[in-house]
Amino acid sequence: MQTLATSVPGLSALATSGDAGVAHNATGVASVGWLIIALPLLGAAILLIGGRRTDKFGPYLAVALSWAAFVVGLLLIIQVHGLNSGDRAFHKHLFSWIPTGGFNLDFGLLMDPLSLAFVMLITFVGSLILVYSLGYMAHDPDRRKFFAYMNLFIASMLTLVLADSYLGLFVGWEGVGLASYLLIGFWNYNPEFASAANKAFFSNRVGDFGFLLAIFFMFSAFGRVDFAGVDAAVPGTGKGTLIGIGLFLLLAACGKSAQAPLQAWLGDAMAGPTPVSALIHAATMVTAGVYLIVRSHVIFDATPDARLAVCIVGAFTLMFGAIVGCAKDDLKKALAASTMSQIGYMVLAAGLGPVGYVFAIFHLLTHGFFKAGLFLGSGSVMHAMNDTINMRRFGGLWWIMKVTWVTFGLGFLAIIGFPGLSGFWSKDKIIEMAFVGSGWRPWVFGLTALIAAGITAFYMTRLFIMTFHSNPRWEKPEFDPHEAPMTMKVPMIVLALGSAFLGLILGPTNIITNWLEPVVGRQEGHAVLSAPVLMILTFVLMVAGIWWAWRLYWVEVPVTPPVGTPLTRLARRDLGQDDFNEAAFQRPGLHLTRALVFADNRGVDGAVGGLAAFIGGTAERLRRLQNGFVRSYALTMLVGVVAILGVLLVVQ
Amino acid sequence: MAADSFVQAHIDYGAVAPMLIVFGTAMVGILVEAFVPRASRFWVQLPLAIAGMVVSLVVLVTISRGHEVITAGGAVVIDAPALMLQGTVLVLSIIALLAMAEPLGTRSPDAFTQSGASVPGSPAEANAVRLGATSTEIFPLTMFAVGGMMLFPSASNLLVVFIALEVLSLPLYILTGLARRRRLLSQEASMKYFLLGAFSSAFFIFGAALIYGFAGSLDFDAINKAIGTNGGMDGLLAPGVLLVAVGLLFKAGAVPFHSWTPDVYQGAPTPVSGFMAACTKVAAFGALLRIFYVAFESLRWTWQPVLAIVALLTMVIGAVLSVVQTDIKRLLAYSSITHAGFVLVGLIALNTVGISGTLFYLAAYGFSIIAAFALVALVRSGGTEATHLSQWAGLGKTNPLLAGTFSFLLLAFAGIPLTSGFVAKFAIFSAAVGHGATWLAVVGMAMSAVTAFVYVKVIVLMYFSEPAEGTAVVTPSALTGISVAVGTVLTLLLGIIPAPLFEMTQHSTLFLR
Amino acid sequence: MNGPDYSYAPLLFFAGIGAAFAVFSVFAASIAGPKRYNRAKADAYECGIQPSPHAEGGGRVPIKYYLTAMLFIVFDIESVFLYPFAVSFDRMGLFALVEMVLFVVTVFIAYAYVWRRGGLEWD
Repeated sequence: MQTLATSVPGLSALATSGDAGVAHNATGVASVGWLIIALPLLGAAILLIGGRRTDKFGPYLAVALSWAAFVVGLLLIIQVHGLNSGDRAFHKHLFSWIPTGGFNLDFGLLMDPLSLAFVMLITFVGSLILVYSLGYMAHDPDRRKFFAYMNLFIASMLTLVLADSYLGLFVGWEGVGLASYLLIGFWNYNPEFASAANKAFFSNRVGDFGFLLAIFFMFSAFGRVDFAGVDAAVPGTGKGTLIGIGLFLLLAACGKSAQAPLQAWLGDAMAGPTPVSALIHAATMVTAGVYLIVRSHVIFDATPDARLAVCIVGAFTLMFGAIVGCAKDDLKKALAASTMSQIGYMVLAAGLGPVGYVFAIFHLLTHGFFKAGLFLGSGSVMHAMNDTINMRRFGGLWWIMKVTWVTFGLGFLAIIGFPGLSGFWSKDKIIEMAFVGSGWRPWVFGLTALIAAGITAFYMTRLFIMTFHSNPRWEKPEFDPHEAPMTMKVPMIVLALGSAFLGLILGPTNIITNWLEPVVGRQEGHAVLSAPVLMILTFVLMVAGIWWAWRLYWVEVPVTPPVGTPLTRLARRDLGQDDFNEAAFQRPGLHLTRALVFADNRGVDGAVGGLAAFIGGTAERLRRLQNGFVRSYALTMLVGVVAILGVLLVVQ
Repeated sequence: MAADSFVQAHIDYGAVAPMLIVFGTAMVGILVEAFVPRASRFWVQLPLAIAGMVVSLVVLVTISRGHEVITAGGAVVIDAPALMLQGTVLVLSIIALLAMAEPLGTRSPDAFTQSGASVPGSPAEANAVRLGATSTEIFPLTMFAVGGMMLFPSASNLLVVFIALEVLSLPLYILTGLARRRRLLSQEASMKYFLLGAFSSAFFIFGAALIYGFAGSLDFDAINKAIGTNGGMDGLLAPGVLLVAVGLLFKAGAVPFHSWTPDVYQGAPTPVSGFMAACTKVAAFGALLRIFYVAFESLRWTWQPVLAIVALLTMVIGAVLSVVQTDIKRLLAYSSITHAGFVLVGLIALNTVGISGTLFYLAAYGFSIIAAFALVALVRSGGTEATHLSQWAGLGKTNPLLAGTFSFLLLAFAGIPLTSGFVAKFAIFSAAVGHGATWLAVVGMAMSAVTAFVYVKVIVLMYFSEPAEGTAVVTPSALTGISVAVGTVLTLLLGIIPAPLFEMTQHSTLFLR
Repeated sequence: MNGPDYSYAPLLFFAGIGAAFAVFSVFAASIAGPKRYNRAKADAYECGIQPSPHAEGGGRVPIKYYLTAMLFIVFDIESVFLYPFAVSFDRMGLFALVEMVLFVVTVFIAYAYVWRRGGLEWD
């Protein structure tokens, strides 16, 4: 870390030259880069405005437009790839958005290797999910709306990664939140989904609050909020400001990427209707926070302190998610916990600075594939099992659903980092980089990442065995498991191939590092333990995890969960995250509200949950100002006037 | 002025024509009430009022823009901000009036009682209803209020400000008391509004007297000049400024002069609440802008911190109390208080960015809130408006169009990007940050996060709950349809392409003095 | 300002005399006047007609009274403006005449409304 900090100025200069200096005006395919966003957006508009008339062809149109966006992205990559590594950034000015006097904000697109990598992930995985949904949602009467929301989601996500300024990014950021809100609540009229949607929205709002503050700090410090302008202004800015901006950006990332302390919503969001929407959150949306941090690398390069905070958040969340994942019996929720943990890896890597950015993105890409494969597989299982989601009711499915079994298996092996598969190439690199540095940090972060890898192996094996192996815990007439239709199988197979080979293609060949280096910069680090030692340690821990899970679950899984150790019980309750939130936020908020509420009597009655009893019981005790008596309103005004005059008198 | 010579005040009729047209239309409206038979009054009054405002707007845009003057002996100023504010008031009033007029298939505006003078539930009332009485007086009343609102931000003399204040207030007091349903609540609200309004007027007039004592004049420009030169009378000046501010902040609904807002918005006929929340705020903040930027400009370091505290309180109290509301109209009322706080943040920024942001915010918020209240008026249960939140449960299922539109408007209030609410908040807060009041911007954003929670609560209620028993949505005529459509579409458009309106507001920041 | 400004002193003096007269009248009446109470004296003063019976708490007066009172005030105010105009209209020329006509028309619009809507009928 010490060596890193000293090398920062040089690095940021390098990054600046790669990022802001040479963003050419868009030519060729890049000049129509806006099509990438416009195509799915058009799909959403047609489906939503067209109404029931589009019921028949709408879903196919949505899928086609999403693939079209992928094709444009692909052409763009081909164009960019033909250029020198320093010239691979295009800028396209679209229109002048908010001209507020001294501060003009233009809306434009920045197409550089980082954003294009995301474009590929989003359009490819997103389009596959849409194809899969054709099968999965075939019988849903409202599937037109679902496809519209999905297209809206994809368009927002693309806006997020293609915008050329923090404010543009924020537009996509909110759009993603809105679309996710619509998707979580897709199956309406269910109170459980409602509270989940609520929680997701509120956590995200806290994150957004951080984001907006970061934007306003940038605005006051730099006078600009576009990436190029901010990056150029960072070197001459005071440390305090940069730390503030960095921490607020981190808060924003925590909200969107389900990192501590705003992680609570992700598990609940799994209450959403389909594994598809669950997947959208797990594989795509939650990576936005990682993107934000990596995109702001110039700011984070300049503030090791803010980076340390990023590392701590990442390390804490990756352990947190792994532990929670061990105790969940709900297939989707277990996968959600695993997502939280994997994103923790990425955030940790991003916090490590120039040694880690590339691997954060690399892991993000591979994770996008294998986690998508896992979610689609879980959807296939649910589809076969009448929407049952409790793993204790599965078992022995491997023989009946061979394609799902194989594809899910590949995803499973990839996520635990089985040698040769995608996760191995990306995660082992993060673990290695976590050991880079000096002092206590490499040991704390490195060991956390290392041990969590073992736990990952345990909970994923547990999940895999409970679902596909062990004793069948279902009865024939009630459940009639069957393999999924072709539209569902093909995406699963494609994603499984990605889980298997993507890492191999991008990792050892250095394609990904060479591709991203001009944008985020890169630095070789020297781990406190040598790479082979780490690799062996990781492997051993992984095998130990598998073995432990095999020993516990291979033969028999009880249908009713055993009482379990205190830790298990705590983990089942998400390590008390809800209790923590209640104690830390809800209660004080409640007290604050109560304290202020006594100013309003008339507006409050029995319907406001816990407040109601309190209000009812203490109505007489507290003198309320908003009591409907005009005389006390007048008194309020008079007191206000006197107070203001008094203040004035004192001030003068 | 010598005792025996009369100097005629020059009046630039081109400049004041829009106001004269509006007042003239109101007069004609009264004659219509007097001479046109009951059955056809509605369809005479409505086109008349709309035409009056449209003509006024056309004159404003075509003629008055070329007549930027201080006129009528220094009493009225028609300058760029005044034109902008008058135009905003007119446009907002037109769409608000469309919603107010909604007849729902009858010959009388549905939201208003047919017999305002009779005791609620009395035989006299029943008789009036039987005879087909109408309350088409609301049209001239609204026109008078609109005229007052146009004069309010263009008045350049404290007495004229006071007259405008009363001209816009008195019709509003009456309109508030004319609700067709829950008449007692409505009359109570009217009474409260009147008493508190009179109370605040007293503060205003006392403040004006103190300022006259200090400056020897009520003209804004003369006051400002006197502030720099008259030493020794400061004891009169500062209290005078603040008492005048009280009268205006009352109309704007700022804490601690806000307590009337929830009761009045709840009791008033629903579209009138929308009219007040949009147009009264424009006029009040317009007058605040002029007074503070012209008359008390030299004193800015005194009033700025005071208004900053008021803005802070307004945002916090409005946001926190909106959390516990269970009546949709009260909720929107508290939300409007919070928004008033946001606008104050822009107002005290003391730079052109702040002024243009304030103007933008007022217009953007006006369109959204009028549409929102127009929608609230359509949700019914058991013959009255269903304003309790529990009655809104499941509207997403029973009436997706209404629920969807209302949700969109709520998101605009919450300041979600690609709605006008976001752009407006951004403009206001960037102005605040730009002049160093970062702490206000921080509080403002925190409070908008709190209110976002409230709005989402409503959205969740509409979409994720079982539909409430007995709640039904009436199908409105094209009048409400146009009003809601215009409000909603502009809310969206101003979020995506705000530049045209921004340019207008940026060219409207220079006050004539 | 140089020294105290005495230009308002007569006003203060006048206010003093007014207050003194009011106090003097009240006391003079209670000292000098005869004290013979009867029922009519305890009643509310109502301009020569039989006082309307008052219910508990002061009671209510029909709103018609107020309407009439307000109409009276409207015309009263009109004449307040007309008097000074009549005295000096030769010096103010056509402009003032037009203004005054507009003012009277405005008041007559209100009058027409009141008349047509039955405000002048007692029942």
